[in-house]
Amino acid sequence: MSAEITSLTEQFKGGLAAPICLTWELTYACNLQCVHCLSASGRRDPRELSTQECMRVVDELERMQVFYANIGGGEPTLRPDFWDLLDYSVAHHVGIKFSTNGVRLDKRAARRLAGTDYVDVQISIDGATAEVNDAVRGAGSFATARRAMDNLAEAGFGEFKISLVVTRHNVAQLDAFKQLADAYGARLRVTRLRPSGRAADSWNELHPSAAQQRQLYDWLSARPDVLTGDSFFHLSALGAPLPGLNLCGAGRVVCLIDPVGDVYACPFVLHSEFRAGNVRDPGGFARVWRESELLLRLREPAAAGACASCGLYDACQGGCMAAKFFTGLPLDGPDPECVLGHGARELAKVCLPDRPSPGPGHTRRAAAVFVPLGRLPVRAVT
Amino acid sequence: MRGVAFDLRRAYRLNPAATLRPEPFGALAYHFGNRRLSFLKSRQLVSVVRLLSSHESAASALEAADVPVQQWGRYAAALAALAESEVIHER
Repeated sequence: MSAEITSLTEQFKGGLAAPICLTWELTYACNLQCVHCLSASGRRDPRELSTQECMRVVDELERMQVFYANIGGGEPTLRPDFWDLLDYSVAHHVGIKFSTNGVRLDKRAARRLAGTDYVDVQISIDGATAEVNDAVRGAGSFATARRAMDNLAEAGFGEFKISLVVTRHNVAQLDAFKQLADAYGARLRVTRLRPSGRAADSWNELHPSAAQQRQLYDWLSARPDVLTGDSFFHLSALGAPLPGLNLCGAGRVVCLIDPVGDVYACPFVLHSEFRAGNVRDPGGFARVWRESELLLRLREPAAAGACASCGLYDACQGGCMAAKFFTGLPLDGPDPECVLGHGARELAKVCLPDRPSPGPGHTRRAAAVFVPLGRLPVRAVT
Repeated sequence: MRGVAFDLRRAYRLNPAATLRPEPFGALAYHFGNRRLSFLKSRQLVSVVRLLSSHESAASALEAADVPVQQWGRYAAALAALAESEVIHER
């Protein structure tokens, strides 16, 4: 069996006929301004795809047999046509898994979702308590998320997902997150913090310590029912591999369509260097997926580079491309969170100005700034 | 559920709730009901699955796809896994 898995992993490295894990961010508009937002969302972009253009993308996904799309943003439910697009997509055999902060999941929306097949809902929180959550996601955001969970449970939606990004401040709450999910009959999904978008500036403050990574690895290893989106494969160097593919799927099985139709190699690399094309280009999304030079290059065998002499390269595959890129590390070297500490040593040599800037993104001008826990919340107006 | 006996003498078909997507290594199978993704790791296995509905038995589908008899055991295991994830079922 393991030989078969290995050969499948090798096949995946060469790329698939269509993505398995397609993330599609519908809008940059968001009611929140999370300090670690990977897409630096806030303001709607006037160039965002129209309802008609979105439906044409769905048609294309149906033809390519992309079985489902992971819808996000921004806050996707802020789009006035969100529910129409959801119905259209499901009717065209493209299932929808959408991430939301819960702001629009009132009782009526929850009942509507409970009556729709092929829809998964994922509610984001980054603390198991309001104190820890709201420090990162903004005042009142924990209460909003809990109200949405209550509404889904009351409507009999069934198993929704509760999703969190692991930070230095919430690792100690993993058990509490699990209890919260269990109490709702929900599935817990735990993913890795990348230094993308606004997290380029908050990653240093937020990313888990080496000891916490170990703790996280042990916790996940003991709980195979917790979903991870394969995002912790860099931790597989700590022992037995975590369940999943254990490889960087960027451009191979994964990609991102952003709200203005730009296609990126993965959801965590919103930067011109990883932009593969646009769904408005001739040939649409299918042509970008099949012919983009960037994506074709990512499907070639990767060089282990500085990691070649490390006996654990096969386990961690050099880690996450986005994590390396936005911390200013070479892509063929160690991950900044390399469990052997090679990344931390390399990071110490990187000059701040040398780091690629993710740009201002769509952050609102009067945005909440990150304040470490224990200090008074302040608002910075620029 | 791995190792469940698979009766090659019975007739099967691709579940109408499942669909196959051709891939360089074979195919991906997706079940829209249970949302499980399965991998068909050879093109010959894909041929076998597509032939199931037009054959009296899984064995005759294997014959029609030119699968050597020595490999039938392996194919039965792969078909058992697909039945377990409801990609195929008896008819």
